[in-house]
Amino acid sequence: MSKRNTTTRSGRAPDERVVVTGIGVTAPNGVGTEAYWAATLDGKSGLARITHFDPERYPTRVAGVVQEFDAAEYVPSRLIVQTDHWTHLGLAATAMALDDAGVDPAELPEYEMAVVTASSSGGNEFGQREIEKLWSKGPQYVGVYQSIAWFYAATTGQVSIRYGMRGPCGVICAEQAGGLDVAAQARRLLRREARLVVTGGTDASRSPYALVAQITSGMLSTRDDPVRAYLPFDVDACGHVPGEGGAMLIAEGESAARDRGAVPYGVIAGYGASFDPRPEPGRPPRANLARAIRLALDDARVRPDQVDVVFADAVGVPERDLAEAAAIGEVFGPRAVPVTAPKTMTGRLYGGGAALDLATALLAIRDGVIPPTVGVTSPAPGCDLDLVLGAARETPVRTALVLARGYGGFNSALVVTAP
Amino acid sequence: MTMFTLDDVRRILRRCAGAPEGDALDGDIADVPFAELGYDSLALLEMAAHVQQEYGIRIPDDAIEEMPTPRAAVEYLNRRFAGEPSR
Amino acid sequence: MITGLGVTAPGGIGTAAFWDLISSGRTATRRISLFDPTGFRSRIAAEIDFDPAACGLSPQEIRRMDRAAQLGVVSAREALADSGLTLEDVPPERRGVSIGSAVGCTSGLEQEYVVVSDGGREWLVDPAYAVPHLYGYMVPSTLAVEVAWAAQAEGPVALVSTGCTAGLDAVGHGYRLVQEGVADVVIAGATDAPISPITVACFDAIKATSPNNDDPEHASRPFDRDRDGFVLGEGSAVMVLEEREAALRRGAEIYAEIVGFANRSNAYHMTGLKPDGREMAEAIRAALREARLNPEDVDYINAHGSGTRQNDRHETAAFKDALGEHAYKTPVSSIKSMVGHSLGAIGSIEVAASVLAIKHDVIPPTANLHTPDPECDLDYVPLTAREQPVDVVLSVGSGFGGFQTAMLLAQG
Repeated sequence: MSKRNTTTRSGRAPDERVVVTGIGVTAPNGVGTEAYWAATLDGKSGLARITHFDPERYPTRVAGVVQEFDAAEYVPSRLIVQTDHWTHLGLAATAMALDDAGVDPAELPEYEMAVVTASSSGGNEFGQREIEKLWSKGPQYVGVYQSIAWFYAATTGQVSIRYGMRGPCGVICAEQAGGLDVAAQARRLLRREARLVVTGGTDASRSPYALVAQITSGMLSTRDDPVRAYLPFDVDACGHVPGEGGAMLIAEGESAARDRGAVPYGVIAGYGASFDPRPEPGRPPRANLARAIRLALDDARVRPDQVDVVFADAVGVPERDLAEAAAIGEVFGPRAVPVTAPKTMTGRLYGGGAALDLATALLAIRDGVIPPTVGVTSPAPGCDLDLVLGAARETPVRTALVLARGYGGFNSALVVTAP
Repeated sequence: MTMFTLDDVRRILRRCAGAPEGDALDGDIADVPFAELGYDSLALLEMAAHVQQEYGIRIPDDAIEEMPTPRAAVEYLNRRFAGEPSR
Repeated sequence: MITGLGVTAPGGIGTAAFWDLISSGRTATRRISLFDPTGFRSRIAAEIDFDPAACGLSPQEIRRMDRAAQLGVVSAREALADSGLTLEDVPPERRGVSIGSAVGCTSGLEQEYVVVSDGGREWLVDPAYAVPHLYGYMVPSTLAVEVAWAAQAEGPVALVSTGCTAGLDAVGHGYRLVQEGVADVVIAGATDAPISPITVACFDAIKATSPNNDDPEHASRPFDRDRDGFVLGEGSAVMVLEEREAALRRGAEIYAEIVGFANRSNAYHMTGLKPDGREMAEAIRAALREARLNPEDVDYINAHGSGTRQNDRHETAAFKDALGEHAYKTPVSSIKSMVGHSLGAIGSIEVAASVLAIKHDVIPPTANLHTPDPECDLDYVPLTAREQPVDVVLSVGSGFGGFQTAMLLAQG
C-alpha cells in the first residue's frame, strides 16, 4: 500500500502532554482575550438588560450579550449570511486563537488538524427566523442556509472549511459541560493521531424562543438588577443569567508545540466525567460531581492540596450550589482551596461556558492571579467555600481545576497545570 | 413587461448570499462564472428562490444549471418572465 | 465487542423486524403522514408506525420526551435486555453512554414553537404557553440524558452531533471509551426524528430530497441512474459495547467486534462533495490501519448510499481509491433504499445492519436499483439479498459539514 502513512502519523505516545498554545475569546465583558481578561480581573460585568429585542414580556430580562462585536471584522460577508451569530462568535474566536498560537494551518498536514467544538443550542436565532417564515408564509420561504446554519455541527464544519483542517473533527453536546468534554477529546486526538486541534465552544441562545425555552428550566434569574441577578453561593442566589459567547483554544502535543517555538499557556493534565442518576421524588438527589473531580485529579496525578484554584460551575440555584460546595468540600476539605466564578460577569454561556472557564484558568496560571466572583457578598449557609470575592487575588497558580455541570446530570472536571 | 438586469442580479445576490471578497460584484461581471465570483450552488438556489418570491414566477429545480454566469442568469430569467419554457 | 442490539426503524419495531425488512428488500418509504405535507416539494419519507405506549414507555415518559428521545430509549431498552447485562455485572459508575443525533429534539421544538408563536405570527413568542420540558428540547444532550437514565449509567455520557455521520461517530466514540477503559460498558448508538415541517422544508430548499412524490416506495434509489435525491427517514439504533474479556466472563453473546474507526473532514463545502472521494478514502485507510486489515479482507461495504447525485459518485470513487482493485470485487449496498435517511441516526442503524449481516452471513440489498449509473460501476447487490460468508464489514458515512467516517466490524 504505497498510499499508507504518507500524511497521517499513527501510534503517538499515549502519555504525551497536551498543551494549549492559543486562546481566542468572545465574551459579554470583552471581545479578544486581553480585553476579556482585563475586564474580568477588574470585576467588570457584561450583564445588562436585553436590547436586541424587547424583553418586557419575559420574566428574565437580563443577559450577558457580547457587546461591540462586528462579525464583519472577522468573518467574510459570504459566510456571515449563511451562519448564525453563534458561529460568527466561534469563527472570530478561532481566528484570534490561531493568531495567538502563531500557527499557520496551511503549513501543517491537513489530516493532522482537527476541530472539536461544543454546542448546546445551535443556530437558534437563525432557526427562529426561518421557522417563522415557514409557519407564517410557507415552506418555499425557508432559505437554503437553514440546512447548514442551524444544526449543532455548523461551527465545527465552517472552521474546518475555513482553515483546511481535514482531520478527525467532532461535536459534543453536554450543555454547560460540553466545553470540558471537547478539551478531553482534543487531548485524546492529539495522543492518537492529530498534531493540532481547535477546541472549545461558543453558544448564543439569544432568540426570544431560546430565552423562553431556557426559562422553562426553572434555573434562570428573574431579577432585573444586573448587579444582583446572578449570585451563586449567596444567600440571595436566585438562578443564573444566560449569556452568549465562549472561547476557542488551540491544543497541541507538547513536543510539537515546543519544536515550533510556541509558548504554552498550560497543560491539559487531567479529566474526569460522571453522570447523576435521575432525581426521584421523595429521595434526596444523588450527585456524582465529587467522583468526576477525583477522576480528573487522579488522571492528572495531582493531590487535592496541590490545586491552587477551583473554577466553579456556580449555577446559582441554591440546592445545586450547595451540592457543588459539598462536592468541593468532600474532596478538598472545608475552605481548603480558593474557589471562583468569573461567569458572574458573563452569565452562563452553555456550550461556550466551560471553554471560557478553561481559558480563564489558563490566564490565571499565566499571570498568577485569581479573578473574582462578583456580586456575591453573603455566602449561603452550607456553602463553606473560600470564595474569591470582590477583587482579584494575586497568588501563584500552578494547578487549576475547572468544573462544569450540564443540564440533566452531566458532571465534568478538568485539571490544567502550568507548562 | 418586467426586465431583469445585471443590477438585479447584484442586488439580490448581495441581499441573500452576501458580497464576495473585495466586492467583485461591482465590476464587469456579466461573463464571470458565479463560481469564480465566490457563489456556490447554494447561493444560486437562494437567488432563484428570491427571484421566485419577488417576481412571483416559478423557476424549475434544475434552473441553476442554466445560469453559469450573471449574463446567462439574466437571459434565462428574462425568458422565464416572457413565459417561455426553460429550454 | 457488541453484545446487545436494539433497533427502532421504519418498517417495524425491534431488531427482528428491521432485519426482516432489509433482508427481504422491501421498502418502508411512503407519503408523509406525521404532518400534512401539501405544499412541500418532497412529500415522502420513511416513517415508523410508532406507538410509544405499546413500546413500553410510561405516560410520564411520553409526555416528557420528544419523538427522537422516545425512539432512542426504546432501542436502548431493547439493546440492554438483549445483552443480558445486569447491575451486578457492571455498576452504574462503570457504564457510559454515547448517543448521536444530527438535529436533536427538533420535532418537539417545532411543535412547541407553533404554539408559543401562534403559528409563526409572533417573533416575541409567548412564554405563558411554554411546556415545562421545553428546555430539554432545546438542548440535544437530552437524548443522551434519557438513554443514560434508561441504562442506569453514571459514567461518562456524551451526545455526539456531527450531522449525518453522528450515528457512526457516536458508536466510534463509545468504542474509544471502552478501549481506553474509561467505562466497562458503553451504551452507544443514535436517534433522530426529523420528519417535521422545518426539516423537510430545509432539504426542499437545497433540493437534496427526492421529489418523486408519485412513487414513494421506489423513490430512494441509491446508485441508480434515475436517482433524484434522498428520502428522509427516522429511527434509532443502540448497542451495548463492552471489552472482550468482560463480555466472555459474563457469558454474553457476541454479535461482532469493532476493529477500526476513523473520521476525516473534507474542509471543502458544508453540503457539496468533490467527486474524488478523497477524504472518505483517507478515513477508510486509517480505519484499516487501526484494524490491521488489508483491503482484500473486506467482505462487504455498507455504504452511505444516500441516493443524491453527488454522494453516490463520491462514495464510489472513495471505495476505489481506498480499496483499489478489491473495490470491484466487494459487494456494496445501501439500506437507505429501504429505510430512508434518518440523518444522525442512520449511521448507527447501518452499524446494526452490518452486525446482522455478519451474524446471518447475508448481505442486505440495495432496493430500487434497476438501472445502474455508469458512473457507479461497483457491485451494489441490487434488489435481493445475497447469502455469503461475511466476516468483515466496512460501514461508512458522509455528512453536512464535510464529515466522512469509516468503521470496520468483524466477526467477534
